[in-house]
Amino acid sequence: MLNFPRWKVIMIAFVCLYGITTALPNFLPENNRNSLPGFMPSQTLSLGLDLRGGVNLLFAAQTDDVIKARLENLEDQVRDISRTEARRRDIPRAERVLFADYRKGDTSVTMRLQNPDQAERARQLLLPLTQTTVGATNPVLGGGVQEVTLDRDEAIFTLSLTEQGIVVQQRDAISRAMEVIRRRVDPDGTKEITLQPQGNDRIILEVPGASDPAEIKAVVGETARLSFHDVVQGLSQDDIARGRVGAGAEAAPFRDGGAIVIKSREIVSGDDLTDAKPSYDQNGQPVVQFSFNLTGAKRFGTHTANNVGRPFAIKLDDTVISAPTINGPILGGSGIITGVGNIEEVNRLATQLKSGALPVELTVLTERLIGPGVGADNIEAGSLAAIVGFVAVIIYMIVSYGRFGLAANVALITNLILITGTLSLFQATLTLPGIAGIVLTIGMAVDANVLIFERIREEQRTGAKPFQAMERGYGQAFSTIMDANITTFIAAAILYFLGTGPVQGFAVTLAIGILTSMFTAVVLTRFILASWLKRARWATLPI
Amino acid sequence: MLLRLVPQETKINFLGMRKVAAVFSILLIIGSMALFAVNSLNYGIDFEGGIEVEFGYEDQLVDIGAIRAVVEPLGMGDVSIKSVDNGSSALIRIERQPGDEEAQTAATERVREAFAAAMPDIEYRQGNIIGPVVSGELKRDGIIAVSVAVIMVLIYIWFRFEWQFGLGAVIALVHDVLLTIGFFALTRLDFNLSIIAALLTIVGYSLNDTVVVYDRVRENIRKYRKMEMQDVLNLSLNQTLSRTVMTSVTTLLALLALFFLGGDVIQGFTAAMIWGVVVGTYSSIFVASPLLMFFKIRREAMILDEDDKDPTVDKSRPSQFGQF
Repeated sequence: MLNFPRWKVIMIAFVCLYGITTALPNFLPENNRNSLPGFMPSQTLSLGLDLRGGVNLLFAAQTDDVIKARLENLEDQVRDISRTEARRRDIPRAERVLFADYRKGDTSVTMRLQNPDQAERARQLLLPLTQTTVGATNPVLGGGVQEVTLDRDEAIFTLSLTEQGIVVQQRDAISRAMEVIRRRVDPDGTKEITLQPQGNDRIILEVPGASDPAEIKAVVGETARLSFHDVVQGLSQDDIARGRVGAGAEAAPFRDGGAIVIKSREIVSGDDLTDAKPSYDQNGQPVVQFSFNLTGAKRFGTHTANNVGRPFAIKLDDTVISAPTINGPILGGSGIITGVGNIEEVNRLATQLKSGALPVELTVLTERLIGPGVGADNIEAGSLAAIVGFVAVIIYMIVSYGRFGLAANVALITNLILITGTLSLFQATLTLPGIAGIVLTIGMAVDANVLIFERIREEQRTGAKPFQAMERGYGQAFSTIMDANITTFIAAAILYFLGTGPVQGFAVTLAIGILTSMFTAVVLTRFILASWLKRARWATLPI
Repeated sequence: MLLRLVPQETKINFLGMRKVAAVFSILLIIGSMALFAVNSLNYGIDFEGGIEVEFGYEDQLVDIGAIRAVVEPLGMGDVSIKSVDNGSSALIRIERQPGDEEAQTAATERVREAFAAAMPDIEYRQGNIIGPVVSGELKRDGIIAVSVAVIMVLIYIWFRFEWQFGLGAVIALVHDVLLTIGFFALTRLDFNLSIIAALLTIVGYSLNDTVVVYDRVRENIRKYRKMEMQDVLNLSLNQTLSRTVMTSVTTLLALLALFFLGGDVIQGFTAAMIWGVVVGTYSSIFVASPLLMFFKIRREAMILDEDDKDPTVDKSRPSQFGQF
């Protein structure tokens, strides 16, 4: 057992080499790091927000809105079918499929068929609405999940969204929202921000180095859904207040107070924008300059050409920003939005418009700021504590076990290198609790060696020869070490799966530390001590 | 000459002290629960929701009185102010504001504006705002995590040993967790998310200790078939004592370094861990082991198990995991 076959020696050398190559980039200056040959890993430790400073925001997405919108859309489609039928002249009225009494539930729409004897044809007409699939569609296999199901109870038809379909839609909305957030917060892609979904309706955003959460929230902030509407004129304030605005129109609040009545139908929407940037108008006022794509430009051009002299409204989310009068046809597909506010607000709106509208409304659930100074302090405190703890343990081991302690210390240092390397390779985030996890691993890794050494002492006391004592010491302690490490590993795994953020960071380092320490404390020390023993041929072990 | 904290061979009658230890432990548990009932815990904003902000200077001391004069007029309910970072910063904790998430962030903005007006030089160094939705979830997840860990461990030990061992280990664990909660009720240290991590690590550590002793007990039961149970337990505890002390000391060395040098953020965490190591060491000797006597292990079953597998029981027990 103390004889190491060649393959074991190679394995040990290989693991050590792995540790050194993966940990190495952390100790090289950046320009050397970049000139490493391609097969060598070049990642360094990725530091958590608490060590580098920055802002962490947890958003909740109102994914219910997506479902609501989808249901509205379904209802519209059914209304369309009914309307087309109503206009048909080729069949008698009694044979037309006409729906009434639309009702929306949480995940379904129901409607009543007016002439129940047309049920089969109604089913045929509604069936195409259930043919849509959502989710990962594979060009070859199709894939995706069915999104809508159709049920009938006498004359009552129900279109329901399937549970899977809802989940896919929510996830889809979340990932689109994350893309929009990325474009808004980090338009140049230089800030190393991280975006992570959490559950089905949450998003974590981390911006390293940022120092003002309010600013980030403002940029992410609004849905920023832009639309252009025709304005309904000639209504008195009294009519507006009473909501008598006529069909297809709605009263929308003006940004600076008051209200204006606009047609609900959009002339063009922000979806058709290709660009938006801050600029100044001829009066030196900051404005947002925008350009439409081809479809948008055409629609906008037609509308402005037909409505010269009339105002139109520019609506952002729920409020109207401005309602300029059309002086002449705008055919170039570009224009400006005035009345946005100061240059900062103009900048922000331009970024938001350019990144597209958020598919869901976001609210901030938690907000964390770690100033850059605090991050630096944390690193300093954490590494100082780690070093002092480390040195104390090393001295204590040598004082207690002499040469054997020395072997344990070599293992301990190798263990630290392996942990650093593994963390760098997998790009696991190192947090302050993570440093605590490493320090704790130092204490626990030594435990394996203490178990072995105490056992060797015992064996030697009962008269075993050095060789025998070593062999039995390692053999007997092994199962205890396994049991002890597995139980700690269970705790670390649970922490990882049930914890969040910093707690997970702690769990990861603890788990990695347990695994690497099993190698260093058991295999490596035995290798070192066995080689030693063979050369020195002690009469009794110096332990 | 090598250092030995524990003499080579000890013959301490640990089991002889089991009645005293039992009374002591029960009193401590009752005390902890009473403290918890009366004092409750000083829940951090992770669990309560609320606002925690730190304002300070790079190299200048803050005047806590002046800070209080800025924050209190805002009328935000329960506010506590603590000097941190050697007095160069003030950590301000404000209770959860009535209303939803937005009420919390709006309140934080008001605090920042108040500081910007009253002390233009001061720096907004750290902030942590937790709304009511998340704090409720964190509390629930924390309780689930600790319970799941205890159950998983029970299953593991049961599988590796006999049920008496599993039960003994879990009672020792619950003992440690309860005493740690008592410790937090007594010291009023901030009970936050990282303390849950500490609790789970204590669970791991205490178990580690217990398993080492149990492993030796099992080995000795098989080796010394005629020996009285009390003597087997005493022998096992004495044989492992040197290791128990050694490991506790190394872990404590590392933890003390973290406690004194690791900064304010992890101080609560390390305090919990230090307490946990002490309690965990105590419990594996004075709680977990005497419980084995109390539950009356069926020694025959253990010996028979072994005989089935390996007829030459006198030989040293082969590792159940094989060898490296």
